[in-house]
Amino acid sequence: MSPMARTAPVPAATDPALIRNFCIIAHIDHGKSTLADRMLQFTGIVQSRDMKAQYLDRMDIERERGITIKSQAVRMPWELEGTSYALNMIDTPGHVDFTYEVSRSLAACEGAVLLVDAAQGIEAQTLANLYLAMENNLTIIPVLNKIDLPAAQPEKYAEELANLIGGDPEDVLRVSGKTGAGVEALLDKIVRDLPAPVGDPDAPARAMIFDSVYDTYRGVVTYVRVVDGMLHPRERIQMMSTRATHELLEIGVSSPEPTPSKGLGVGEVGYLITGVKDVRQSKVGDTVTNMAKPATQSLAGYADAKPMVFSGLYPLDGTDYPVLRDALEKLMLNDAALVYEPETSAALGFGFRVGFLGLLHLEITRERLEREYNLDLISTAPNVEYEVTLEDKKVIHVTNPSEYPTGKVAEVREPMVSATILAPNEFVGAIMELCQSRRGVMGGMDYLSEDRVEIRYRLPLAEIVFDFFDILKSRTRGYGSLDWKADGDQVADLVKVDIMLQGEQVDAFSAITHRDKAYAYGVMMTGKLRELIPRQQFEVPIQAAIGSRIIARESIRAIRKDVLAKCYGGDITRKRKLLEKQKEGKKRMKMVGRVEVPQEAFIAALTTEESKDKAKK
Amino acid sequence: MPSALPLGDPAPSDGLLPAQALEGAGGRAFGLYVHIPFCAVRCGYCDFNTYTATELGGGASQDAYADTAVAEVGFAARALADSGLPERPLSTVFFGGGTPTLLPAEDLARILRAAVDTWGLAPGAEVTTEANPDSVTRESLQLLADAGFTRVSFGMQSAVPHVLKVLDRTHTPSRVPLVVEWAREAGLAVSLDLIYGTPGESLEDWRHSLETALSYRPDHISAYALIVEEGTKLAAQIRRGEVPGIDDDDHAAKYELADELISAAGLGWYEVSNWAATPEQACRHNLAYWRGDDWWGIGPGAHSHVGGVRWWNVKHPVAYAARLDSGASPAAGRETLDSETRNIERIMLEARLVSGLDIPSLGGLEETGRHAVAGLIADGLVEPAQAFRGRLVLTLKGRLLADAVVRRLLPD
Repeated sequence: MSPMARTAPVPAATDPALIRNFCIIAHIDHGKSTLADRMLQFTGIVQSRDMKAQYLDRMDIERERGITIKSQAVRMPWELEGTSYALNMIDTPGHVDFTYEVSRSLAACEGAVLLVDAAQGIEAQTLANLYLAMENNLTIIPVLNKIDLPAAQPEKYAEELANLIGGDPEDVLRVSGKTGAGVEALLDKIVRDLPAPVGDPDAPARAMIFDSVYDTYRGVVTYVRVVDGMLHPRERIQMMSTRATHELLEIGVSSPEPTPSKGLGVGEVGYLITGVKDVRQSKVGDTVTNMAKPATQSLAGYADAKPMVFSGLYPLDGTDYPVLRDALEKLMLNDAALVYEPETSAALGFGFRVGFLGLLHLEITRERLEREYNLDLISTAPNVEYEVTLEDKKVIHVTNPSEYPTGKVAEVREPMVSATILAPNEFVGAIMELCQSRRGVMGGMDYLSEDRVEIRYRLPLAEIVFDFFDILKSRTRGYGSLDWKADGDQVADLVKVDIMLQGEQVDAFSAITHRDKAYAYGVMMTGKLRELIPRQQFEVPIQAAIGSRIIARESIRAIRKDVLAKCYGGDITRKRKLLEKQKEGKKRMKMVGRVEVPQEAFIAALTTEESKDKAKK
Repeated sequence: MPSALPLGDPAPSDGLLPAQALEGAGGRAFGLYVHIPFCAVRCGYCDFNTYTATELGGGASQDAYADTAVAEVGFAARALADSGLPERPLSTVFFGGGTPTLLPAEDLARILRAAVDTWGLAPGAEVTTEANPDSVTRESLQLLADAGFTRVSFGMQSAVPHVLKVLDRTHTPSRVPLVVEWAREAGLAVSLDLIYGTPGESLEDWRHSLETALSYRPDHISAYALIVEEGTKLAAQIRRGEVPGIDDDDHAAKYELADELISAAGLGWYEVSNWAATPEQACRHNLAYWRGDDWWGIGPGAHSHVGGVRWWNVKHPVAYAARLDSGASPAAGRETLDSETRNIERIMLEARLVSGLDIPSLGGLEETGRHAVAGLIADGLVEPAQAFRGRLVLTLKGRLLADAVVRRLLPD
């Protein structure tokens, strides 16, 4: 057993040979944050009494959902065989939406702890990140967590991990983040097995940004890994992609609270503060260099975050529009991937079309807006970005069905993804059926172990953004997991389905679908609306149409009775108050032509079953 | 009355009314409502303020009730006089409940006598009591007529045993023609109360009830849709799935059938749920509610209205008796309506009457109401011919959607 380091190596003066940079690759719920908490405790940088569960997940929403949205980097001292080392733990986001950020975190490390729940085995996203780590030539330390659970099957999953990374099941470490068992051995193994960082201390400084966080008091805090040279406080630095220069107001390491240092040298991981207010000025993946002695070649791998999924966000109460605008502005400071522009809907009023990395990103953003800014929002069904070529060769990009051109369309291209699904082999049939029904083309299938398979499909992104994951989960009794990444585009036979109430088109319910699925969408939405819209004093036809062709029709029968039979013994007051209440209720209705549609109907019609379940949790 | 009282302002213990109540009082009819809060059994659908004999004792018992009611008559007379209201004879008196006829006819007579001694009766005054077919005899009806009652309203509800059973009504259908006959002999005008839309009642059941009621040739019929009130036994039974729920379409079909059959029998509608053989036989006390006349409500939970001031008594008979014992007003709360609210009420109430609503006056608040009339005509909810003459009168379809019509008339 190793003791805590008696003398921790000092930042800016640490021999790279004494540095170990690692991240933890794990699926949501597999206990990454708990394990990280134990490491903070065992290395002595957080006292037990200061410990709160999931110390590094700073946002409430992260702590509640048990996921990490933004990464963090913590420097921890650890002593092995009389030598003090500096361990930099880079906590990576755990979700598919943030794959790019994950790839940058991985690029900042020499090794990765592959953490898998001993009761559940590896999941698709973990596998995807593992492959990413292997592509980056990271040394992998396989670890099974939660070995204290009665349902743990360490032998089975150790074998699975050994198969995946090549090795002996005996080498798979077994820990419990909860009890702390095995955590010290893991820290020892990190020191022993991971290579030390290598770089040229005399070359012009090059540091890679792997995260960038907006802080109300300090402005943007940028997390970097120094590759070559050294960065010092007070010098001018340059962002190599934008050529923007800033003064380095503060530089330091987190352990785990920010601690200023005299600089950061080769292999070190820490933070920079330059006083900028927008994370777009300090982009993940960019290379930081010294302005006076700039590097000529930036580090590889920089890419701009590209929104994949679009949704309209509207305040339930129209007067909240300015609040929503300000809130988005503020969120944007901390989220380089978020893009938005104002949008108007005839049905929903003023709002914004917002671009996200994926569905989780959408949900988290929406939840933060509602929680941190006290907003009630309607979000329209998520859309992907279509590239529509008109007959006159003009190309337009459509992220909102209501912008879809009518007629004269030569070609429509839709974004594609390559998806990986992991599940017990008994569900292969169900998964294939689901993917085929979503216009998927199978890419291949491999056995991970005797009873678990990896299935690869190429699918249109539009087919997985709405309810795919939810259905996958239910068809695999919760065992299936999914990972996807963008994979070009394809020409597709797409149409726009409009929904009309009493002949009036309701833009919020329009959808772009494959021609073969237009009918199903029309039937689903008209049926849903028939249930959701209260009966009116007249019959209300609900139609789904492609252009002028009606493909589905429902109708809400006229209400026949709306009268209180009597006033009890002259209690007029009661009747009047009821009337006033009804009148008040009418104000919360949106008028579509003459049809009164309750706000709730919009929300319910646009909500997937999946997000409903989440709201319940 | 409903078991839940409205929220209002505190009512003063001396019962004095603000000056507003005096305006134009001389021109308004004055009536008396007497609530009798007793029933032999509590019906499953009923959330009225009523108690079975075993539920109450002391000063609130059935035996002592007439004295307590008479005490409120005295209180009312003083409060009205002290407030400066002119003396007005009673145009209408209505005993409701509960089951008024569960009290001895002598008790009802005594309460009526106290009221008549206090205020006097206007010429041709209407004096009604509700009655359960089970709780009257030939003698008791004669006694009521002798005491000055002019009209009796029997809670017939249905002629179909399985419907009566769901409603927990104890009387046997065959007793109704008998009590109608006795009431006629005593010289009382007869009204029959029917309820439609009871769970399990078919359209044919309802037709049978209507035809049966009409075969007794009543002077007046009230047909009320069953309302399932929160907290009643019936609401619980529906929630547990023991009996089917209420269906508005079923109610609509039954209302239309009622209007068809009752009209064919020669009675005419004068209010959404009420039909009379001649306009003179319309229940004037009921009309007073819809027309915004003045009335004092005697009894626990009873509601009163005088010149835009509405109040309601404490609900529990024991608390009610205690208030009067101490000489204080039994009112639990009251509200003084401003002119806008009075106009809203006027639209809400008068729209239900065959006499209709004065269209030119709808512009009083905002233009909304007058503009809405054209739309209501187009939707077939108001009579076009009457509308051109300046009256808003509901069509059959409009009566079924009366609340919706009112919402459209009111300013947003």
